[in-house]
Amino acid sequence: MEIPGDRRYTTEHEWLRAEGAEAVIGITEYAQDELGDVVFVQLPSIGSRVSAGAAFGEIESVKTVSELFAPAGGEVIAVNEVLTEHPELVNDSPYDTGWMVRIRLDDPAAVNSLLDAGAYRTTLPPGS
Amino acid sequence: MVADGGSAHPYIPNTEADRALMLARLGLQSSEDLFAALPAAYRDPKIDLLPALAEPELLRLMRARGAENRDASTRPSFLGAGAYHRSVPSIVPYLVSRSEFMTAYTPYQPEISQGTLQTAFEYQSVVCELTGLDVSNTGLYDDATATAEACLLAARATGRTAVALLEPLHPGTVDVVRTYAYGANIRVDVITSLDTVYADHACVVVQQPDFLGTIVDIEVIADAAHAQGALCVVMANPFALGMLRAPGEAGADVVTGEGRDLAGPVAFGGPSVGLFAAREQYLRQMPGRIVGRTKKLRGSHGGEPRTGYVLTLQAREQFIRRERATSNVSTGQSLVALAFTITVQALGPRGLREAAVLCYQRAHEAAVRIAALPGYEVPERGPWFQEFLLRGPLPASELLARLAARGITGGLDLSDRREEAARDAFLCCVTEATPPEHIDALVEALAAIGDER
Repeated sequence: MEIPGDRRYTTEHEWLRAEGAEAVIGITEYAQDELGDVVFVQLPSIGSRVSAGAAFGEIESVKTVSELFAPAGGEVIAVNEVLTEHPELVNDSPYDTGWMVRIRLDDPAAVNSLLDAGAYRTTLPPGS
Repeated sequence: MVADGGSAHPYIPNTEADRALMLARLGLQSSEDLFAALPAAYRDPKIDLLPALAEPELLRLMRARGAENRDASTRPSFLGAGAYHRSVPSIVPYLVSRSEFMTAYTPYQPEISQGTLQTAFEYQSVVCELTGLDVSNTGLYDDATATAEACLLAARATGRTAVALLEPLHPGTVDVVRTYAYGANIRVDVITSLDTVYADHACVVVQQPDFLGTIVDIEVIADAAHAQGALCVVMANPFALGMLRAPGEAGADVVTGEGRDLAGPVAFGGPSVGLFAAREQYLRQMPGRIVGRTKKLRGSHGGEPRTGYVLTLQAREQFIRRERATSNVSTGQSLVALAFTITVQALGPRGLREAAVLCYQRAHEAAVRIAALPGYEVPERGPWFQEFLLRGPLPASELLARLAARGITGGLDLSDRREEAARDAFLCCVTEATPPEHIDALVEALAAIGDER
């Protein structure tokens, strides 16, 4: 299962890719696989604030509805509007076109405390 | 016949031996000991009952008692205030009595019951057309609970924790909203002016027509709500919508309503069905079940694609989402919703409009006749539909008592209302189902009561 090395992860299966003082957030390949076909993604409004570990949105699949947890705190500066019409992008391309929000980080250094790709892989069940 | 082993009663299968066994296991001497915790004075109170009757005698007695009941089709009744006597087509009770429909429940294996889902889908289509909104659920319990759910939806959608209820609103609805709001930590402001709609209100709730019968300009209220970032929730009478502008077209975000009157007779206020429709943007915040129409790729034995009905957006319901579910409503009022649907479809858009216009005209003719009587007036509050305020030469309670003594239910005493127009008045309702001779009886009785003074 693909786990890119250019970003950080949480045990809740979100990824965060820092770009200077900003960061893009999405969910992992493992997460989309466990959820099944994604039918709806509810994202925060631009300008709202997210805090590390708190829910910032919801993702609904044919099986269930799960909360999305923010890996780091900050202000939402962009959301992936394409997901409104094409939630399946989360399944097709979780690390790229299926991204969810872009935030301005409160504390860019805090990103370093998140899991790297190797550490995240150890949290997944063997064989995934 | 007494069963072997000494059963004391033909319909209670426990034998004396069974009872002795159970008492021995419990360590008790007699079944009386089970009630020892109750004070002796309350344990076996004397009840003044007639001697037991044989079954044929009992049936005769109960039929005679039942024949003493009076209903709105025989006794002149002008009581509305939320429950209205309507002309329901005779095919409605006939069709809903079919055994396929005779359940209050949405099925637990829903997709196997395509017919049930199709009727629910048609119900939703009717509700969307009447309300002018995009999506309807399959129905809630009644208008009051539907309105309370609308307040919860508004709070979820806006992230706010207060709601404004615009008077005059049905007092039962105010109570139910307060009950729902208590658990959800939502503040309920009962307001009398749009000047007190604030930016912390999730919604403004308005009744159409309002509790005192007046037709409301929804657009003004929707604009005031939206100016504060609040939703506009309209609790509308669906029958009146036959001739009024659809609230959705006037800016309402959620419309609720009571479908019972178009489903069957007024029977102790129920059973009801609560209409609930919303704009599409609130689809995922809606309570209850929603039926969708789709296409099966293949028929059950191959062949051409065909239409199929499914419960949709299930993931938001409490059996998947548990405590984070959108709502905890689990059962609808399917049979009442079906009866409502059949009535509206049997009338059709033109028939519903004609019936509503007939109701409007009959009520207004009655009001004109009453207002012409010496000592009586109909305080005007603007255009109204089927209910009007009536003030007479006596206090409302006294007037209603004297009408009751003449076999007429005059309406609802409004002495607890704070509106100036309602002072000393009662709320009188005339519908298309009110027989003309009942209106004659009311006018004659009011005139006679006026002359008695």
